[in-house]
Amino acid sequence: MTTIMDPTDERVPVTRQLTPRPSAVTGRVALLDISKPRGSVLLDQLEEVLAKQLPGVTLTRYAKPTFSKPAPAALRDEIHQDNDFVIEALAD
Amino acid sequence: MATLPAYRLENLNGEKIASPDAEQALICFIKEDCPTCKEVMPVLEAFFARFGSTIPVHIIGQTSQGNAALAQQFSPTFSILDDSALQVSFAADIETVPTLVLTDAGNEQSSRLVGFVKEEWQALATNLSVQLDVDAPQLDWPALPDWRPGCGSLSVDPANEPRLRAMAEGSPIRARRIDIGSQDDEVEFMFDQGFSDGLPLVPPTPERVLAMLSGTKRDAQEVLGEMAPNMGEVTIEKVAINAVMAGCKPEYLPVVLAAVEAVLTDDYNIHGVMATTMGASPVIVVNGPIRQRIGMNMGLGALGQGNRANATIGRAVRLVVRNVGGARPGETERSTLGNPMKFTMCFAEWEERNPWSPLHVERGFAKEDSVVTVFTMVSGPTLIVDQDSRSASQLAGTLGQGLQAVMGPKAYFATDCLLVVVPEHVDTLMRDSYSKEDLRRRIQEVSARPVRELVADENSATGIKAATAEKMDEASLDQMMTKFRRDEDIHIVVAGSEAGKFSGAFHGWVTGSVGSIPVSRKIEE
Repeated sequence: MTTIMDPTDERVPVTRQLTPRPSAVTGRVALLDISKPRGSVLLDQLEEVLAKQLPGVTLTRYAKPTFSKPAPAALRDEIHQDNDFVIEALAD
Repeated sequence: MATLPAYRLENLNGEKIASPDAEQALICFIKEDCPTCKEVMPVLEAFFARFGSTIPVHIIGQTSQGNAALAQQFSPTFSILDDSALQVSFAADIETVPTLVLTDAGNEQSSRLVGFVKEEWQALATNLSVQLDVDAPQLDWPALPDWRPGCGSLSVDPANEPRLRAMAEGSPIRARRIDIGSQDDEVEFMFDQGFSDGLPLVPPTPERVLAMLSGTKRDAQEVLGEMAPNMGEVTIEKVAINAVMAGCKPEYLPVVLAAVEAVLTDDYNIHGVMATTMGASPVIVVNGPIRQRIGMNMGLGALGQGNRANATIGRAVRLVVRNVGGARPGETERSTLGNPMKFTMCFAEWEERNPWSPLHVERGFAKEDSVVTVFTMVSGPTLIVDQDSRSASQLAGTLGQGLQAVMGPKAYFATDCLLVVVPEHVDTLMRDSYSKEDLRRRIQEVSARPVRELVADENSATGIKAATAEKMDEASLDQMMTKFRRDEDIHIVVAGSEAGKFSGAFHGWVTGSVGSIPVSRKIEE
């Protein structure tokens, strides 16, 4: 029998449950731009459509400083605290 | 004297016998192919007969087959305990067999006799008889030899000792141990576990990992940082395990460690480098005296295959990113095409053939420092062929024209590059006493274009957007724009063989704080 040393970080990933999906979009919606080219074009259009179709909803725009790095913790916390939904524009 | 280790060993009947928990115990380590051990078998029998009913008397043999053979030959009334794993012998620091140990409460060794010296064994027997108030063992002492040397314990045999040292308590390695079944092929097993980059790996056995750790004076449990995307904790031990798998020698480990530390910085941004669809990869350049010491290639074929240090250092860094960081293609590694540099890309600069400051000196280190610099590149080496230019300005002009293609001919102010100038091109540049700064300036001069040429058009929608250009006046559109935002974005090193007029260029990824910034780290030896 050969014994080898584990080359990984030895973590067992946590299984996470999806947040229950509400039947209607109400309350506060974050529009997050990851700062890739043309992401803002998509969000501009979405914002316009959502404002028309869901006048009771508060829309707030956010942007990551750069698409190439994870969003800073403070930004994630802010979006989490102040919103009920997030729409993220991923890429070009 | 030290405490004897606790144990649970099987006797010849298959019963597990625990180490003594008594006021006193007598323990003897033997092995079958040792003539002295055979000679003391009747003595041990007599000791067992006299003392065995009052105190534990354990005879520990070092091979299971040998134990059976001794039992058959001598028919002792004691059952020999099996330490064929040698872990008890190793932990008890047994160098010679027979070694006879008398322990007192708490398993402290009160007496330890090595080999057979009749006077010592007889004295021990007499004292113990008095202490235990039993008759002395029945032995024809005069018939026994006065002295017999012992034999080497199997636990210090070079074939076993490194494994035992790695497995022993107090070993510096702490990672989870994975037992691979005897019916399983260990290389196939590692493929199945997803440890591999697609090529076979060297099994990171405890003894190999321990040998790898001898390449550094640093504590195996020192934490270098957390590796994205899984934010796995990177210890020196984890790097050593992956370095074993990559095929590194222990003397390469300091280079791997420095490169991993560079990759772990926020400036380097390994998360983005791995996650990008562009197919970026670390490109590692080594400078300083360590290059020669570990036999790195900086000459013929420096950027290719065939040199163990170049190949395995780069591979080790990538395996750490994969296994500790968790960046695997199809998961968080999302490269559209992939890139052969993702297996490995590491080489040394030929400083002795470089008329200018070597890379690490340019980046603020002393010449005698050994330094690793990690860049992020998406392709390369792309050759720029110029066998005709005989002046520095012409050759530098060709290099500038070649570098115009980096990321696309209209991608200006977009990225950086790593230019590897070959010796023959160095000679042409030095004919006109070109400095590195002259070379950079000339590259920028030749590759500069008026803004209007960089506007999106019917041939290509890349470059400056038409809507942006429409807002510019004629003077702005006529303004010349350099290919690279700053001259320093053209990183220059020297490598390659003496023959050939083909310099190589690595093309950068997103550079600066929004992407990846090259990072240098001094190599701690």
